[in-house]
Amino acid sequence: MSLAKRIIPCLDVDKGRVVKGVQFLDIRDAGDPVEIAKRYNNHGADEITFLDITASHEGRDTMIHTVEKIASEVFIPLTVGGGVRSLIDIRALLNAGADKVGINSAAVKTPEFVQAAADRFGSQCIVVAIDAKQVSAKGEPLRWEVFTHGGRNTTGIDVLVWVNKMASYGAGEILLTSMDNDGTKNGFNLALTRAVSTAVDIPVIASGGVGNLQHLVDGILEGKADAVLAASIFHFGEHTIPEAKSYMSAKGIEVRL
Amino acid sequence: MTDFRTKIAVLDYGMGNLHSVSKALEYIAPRAEVIVTEDPVEIDSADRLVFPGVGAMRDCMLNIRRLGFDKLILKAITEKPVLGICLGMQALLGHSEENNGVECLDVFSGSSKFFGHNMRDTSGEKLKVPHMGWNRVHQEMDHPMWQGIEQDARFYFVHSYFVENNFTEIVAGTTDYAFKFAAALTTKNLFAVQFHPEKSHSSGLQLLENFVTWKGI
Repeated sequence: MSLAKRIIPCLDVDKGRVVKGVQFLDIRDAGDPVEIAKRYNNHGADEITFLDITASHEGRDTMIHTVEKIASEVFIPLTVGGGVRSLIDIRALLNAGADKVGINSAAVKTPEFVQAAADRFGSQCIVVAIDAKQVSAKGEPLRWEVFTHGGRNTTGIDVLVWVNKMASYGAGEILLTSMDNDGTKNGFNLALTRAVSTAVDIPVIASGGVGNLQHLVDGILEGKADAVLAASIFHFGEHTIPEAKSYMSAKGIEVRL
Repeated sequence: MTDFRTKIAVLDYGMGNLHSVSKALEYIAPRAEVIVTEDPVEIDSADRLVFPGVGAMRDCMLNIRRLGFDKLILKAITEKPVLGICLGMQALLGHSEENNGVECLDVFSGSSKFFGHNMRDTSGEKLKVPHMGWNRVHQEMDHPMWQGIEQDARFYFVHSYFVENNFTEIVAGTTDYAFKFAAALTTKNLFAVQFHPEKSHSSGLQLLENFVTWKGI
């Protein structure tokens, strides 16, 4: 076995600028996604994910230009998610240099969209992003449902049913975020991650809740994730990607050093 | 980076992301002329040819035949260095299992096959399909295209079909994923890789730079 587990930093982008603030140890502040992507690339990130949180249409064109600039200088896989609703959206992002696109609420609204996208562009570039929340009460067997709009809207769809459906529709990868754990810094939701990752053949990226390097290890070894996504622990210089990789490597996880 | 002046045509047949390949070539060879084209005249006049591809094999071969690229590619490999990438490599084989079976260009003998469901590694861990991420490539021969790249360096892969490793004299590199498959094939002027050099950071860029200066045979 020599396929490395991946570490993926995630950036929130609004109108072409990285928001929530990103701070590396050696630079004060950088809202420029191109500079930040270059830095993560130099640090050995295995991929970079951008979440476009721009609300307006004009702002979305800015994202296309941003992706173009990044793709001219950063030669690792780039994923762009957020507001991807049509085949035209996907084509524009892929033409700009994105390698994969993340589809979230549009998949819930029209599951066949995922099928059409995978048929047209290939499964390798279709990432289905899922916001999952626990719905089982204490004492009941664990159960999670798919939520949209940042965890506000329930869909009534069982997460395990949903991932199997999305895999059969041609999704190439699942980006799984636990809405219960997101922002807590208490670690990934390991039961959820493991349930999803063992339910499907396609790779699963664990997301939501990373607060330290051991959480990354737990996501892989206990959650059985194929990749781990993290934002704040890298953005604020708490940890660097090389630190994360040597920590994981010391715990017996194969990483690209 | 190389100062080498050369004209490189990236074949555009409507199969996915050509931006990455051309940008990576421009990055490592700023003085090269890189064109993304479906024009047979441009393709014929280029010094070297890149045959990329993502997506599914049936559409890939349909587009290749519709544009007359099958003859162009077969002619090009007798004349100038050609680099096949991912689906571009699989299209050079005789046959693919994808889409219920597709006849391909048959430059290399052999076929591409589906990895399979429920694959496990030796310790019983589930192996996901597509094979996606950074895996090691073992160089099975000395070749100018491997120059400056460490033995067993990691490259970025994303594919669900693989090329069997039964044809040792043309296998330039192998990778392990449940079993050993061909990650690079070569014959004469042609070098083809399963991974994406344009997405494989420094090792990938080195391979592209090697291609830009490779004289072929």
